[in-house]
Amino acid sequence: MAPDRDLLASELKFRDPGRARALAAQLAAVTHEVGRAPVAVMHVCGSHEQAIAKFGLRAAFPRDLQVIMGPGCPVCVTDTPEVDEGVALARQGARIATYGDMLRVPGTALSLADAQAEGGRIEVVYSVTQAVELARKTSDEVVFFATGFETTAVATAAAVLAGTPPNFSILSAHKYIPPVMEIVAEMPDTRVEGFLAAGHAATITGWGIFEHFVERHRLPVVVAGFEPLDILAGLVRLVELVRDGLPRVDNMYPRCVTREGNRAAQEMLWKVFRPVGGRWRGIAHIPNGNLRLREEWARLDARRRFHIDLAGLWDEAPAGLVQHCICGEIMAGVRSPSDCRLFGKECIPDAPVGACMVSSEGTCRIWHQYGAVPELGAAP
Amino acid sequence: MCLGVPGRVLRVAGDVALVDFFGVRRDVRLDIVDEPVAPGDYILNHVGFAIRRIPSEHIAETLALYETLLREAGDDMMAADVRSEIEATGRRTRDGA
Repeated sequence: MAPDRDLLASELKFRDPGRARALAAQLAAVTHEVGRAPVAVMHVCGSHEQAIAKFGLRAAFPRDLQVIMGPGCPVCVTDTPEVDEGVALARQGARIATYGDMLRVPGTALSLADAQAEGGRIEVVYSVTQAVELARKTSDEVVFFATGFETTAVATAAAVLAGTPPNFSILSAHKYIPPVMEIVAEMPDTRVEGFLAAGHAATITGWGIFEHFVERHRLPVVVAGFEPLDILAGLVRLVELVRDGLPRVDNMYPRCVTREGNRAAQEMLWKVFRPVGGRWRGIAHIPNGNLRLREEWARLDARRRFHIDLAGLWDEAPAGLVQHCICGEIMAGVRSPSDCRLFGKECIPDAPVGACMVSSEGTCRIWHQYGAVPELGAAP
Repeated sequence: MCLGVPGRVLRVAGDVALVDFFGVRRDVRLDIVDEPVAPGDYILNHVGFAIRRIPSEHIAETLALYETLLREAGDDMMAADVRSEIEATGRRTRDGA
């Protein structure tokens, strides 16, 4: 990486209006220099969307630049049958420990919150460590419903490797980001010309992991942090690469991300998990997109320890509104929340129809919270 | 869930560090971080685990975001996520605080 960009990335100061204006102006100039409109790029991180919405960055983006939120919310892409497995296990008497965001994610018939309301024991934890502690204090079966991308999966792996009590098991719905970027890049409708990669996932994987993607798809990738100026600087660099037709990886978050990433963490991740294909809610079947426990950890795998009775749930009629939900197309970047007939009407944070309205990292929830800022560059 | 939160290491005992997050002290697991961590270092916390030792020259700018977020209103989702990540380090600390 050239030293001048390293300097640009490291010298950024939070919310310095002068620098923000300068970067926004630079972004507009570079976008104009691409010479065609609109230019569409995608980020794959709910925290990026939160920062963009919260700090009003979308209004500072040039008219001809579309910054699309991709499938970057792990809660949103947890598939319906995965939620059903958690609900079924709760009905079968297990205590389910999971991250709070998961509670209201709709299953086929019930969410975990619904299961809790009918007497299921669902415990919200902030860390897998708390789930393990819970299991140590009881003789009940405790199932950790594990969601999140690789950064969170590493924590689950570390807990497994540190040792767990015999009544503890894991229902893994962990997901792995790099394969879904391949799928989005190959979608026939896609307009995405470059990716803004999430800094904290890259802290673990390293930015080198995107080199193969760049080679295959000839699309640039820029790793960016989460401060507003991090995002603006990352977009400037990304659009420069689009303009110059340079498919390569640039790291604009050097204070946390290296080329190799955290090798110790990667070793732990792959010692405990293996990638398998599986559905991401609303998106597609993603080859190698799901993380499941390796054979050696079968005794910790809730799917092997219990017979999970899903058929009983699927006999209950699913909600009729779900068929109108376009979360999948929103996460694939081909439509926006404002294109959804349910958004802000039948589907609100207190009564979500789709998973994107549930999580604080979901596009619909973020747009609902901060105002549905229109894509200023959306062509008529 | 994915937002890392930085804190300052107060002391280290085996695989666990006592870390100060803006005045709140929590235990953080050191299983994942790939560099030695010592008192005075800053680390990035994610769901109760340190995932990165933050180079000292980058500390001020990294902390600035979170300090500002923590001052924001309670219904702010990003600030709420930061708080829950601090919570992720566990309710108890080694000295029982």
